Amino acid sequence: MGSGSQLWNITRKYMTAGLIAFTVQDRYIAVAQVQGSSMSPTLNPRENSFIGRPTNDRVLVEKWCLEKYKFSVGDMVVYSSPENHKVRHIKRITALPGDWVGAPTLSDTVIQIPEGHCWVEGDNSASSMDSRYFGPIPLGLIRGRVTHVVWPLQRVGAIERKVPRSKHVPL
Amino acid sequence: MAVRDFGRFLWQNFREFSRDAIDPVMHVARFFCFLHITSTRLVTPVRSEGPSMLPTINLTGDYVLAEKISARLGTVRPGDIVLIRSPQNPRNIVTKRVTAVEGQRVNFVAKPKESDLCETTVVPKGHVWIEGDNIYNSADSRKFGPVPYGLIQGRVFWRIWPPNAFGPLGQRPE
Repeated sequence: MGSGSQLWNITRKYMTAGLIAFTVQDRYIAVAQVQGSSMSPTLNPRENSFIGRPTNDRVLVEKWCLEKYKFSVGDMVVYSSPENHKVRHIKRITALPGDWVGAPTLSDTVIQIPEGHCWVEGDNSASSMDSRYFGPIPLGLIRGRVTHVVWPLQRVGAIERKVPRSKHVPL
Repeated sequence: MAVRDFGRFLWQNFREFSRDAIDPVMHVARFFCFLHITSTRLVTPVRSEGPSMLPTINLTGDYVLAEKISARLGTVRPGDIVLIRSPQNPRNIVTKRVTAVEGQRVNFVAKPKESDLCETTVVPKGHVWIEGDNIYNSADSRKFGPVPYGLIQGRVFWRIWPPNAFGPLGQRPE
């Protein structure tokens, strides 16, 4: 009797902890693993290896920004791919609604970002699948903003907002 | 000796006090976490209003239940009514009907107020075509094109208010 209720108490404690942890990572802050080299050298740089084996960065993703959907140019965001909703990508916002961007692969002229959309590009433009390929994406696809690198330990630090000036088309 | 006893007395009191204070807080926290998980992963009540889904959903606002499972699994099919984050304003969630999914051909009346002229297009990979049931007054895919599947927030399946219309929802009207 006694051991049974103790077991139940312990189970309940773990359940509560799990419930709270799940809610926090769903609503407020989460840790995500970065795969691929599209954000290199900011994330997953080439020299990022541990005993010869390349390791993936882990980053902190904050989700408060989803209350208002207010973003700035230069924010690094996680979004679900417009081609497959189960896949998440990390890219940098380089233009917001109303801005003009040049997209040589989509059209010959510059295009204006429509209302409620943004333009995302990887830091490593040589190997990045981004808006240059599928055009502007709706802001509603964004799932969070990347703020810090938390792993590996030697690269822990905040990610600064970087504005790629050269990509903006002056009006 | 007395000091140590007093210290122990304080410590015990503090432990009891903190246990008494923490327990209700934990109950409330657990309740809200449970609420969050059910409403984001299972089912949530929504108030849907506006003219775009007439006659299926009333102008003044019906309360409906939306389930989150099929949106997450990717099993939303043509004919389903979905809650979808508006591609024009991410703060708004709108109710529309999916008329075609990726790879399907879709016919639509581009400007129903002016002509019956039909246009045809193919929905690209990972996208859906959404339309309001009231094509005369609806901002949908006919205006902004196919939308990514990732914007779907849930599938509306049951009407709970007004009570005389209580029942399943989401089949294509004949």
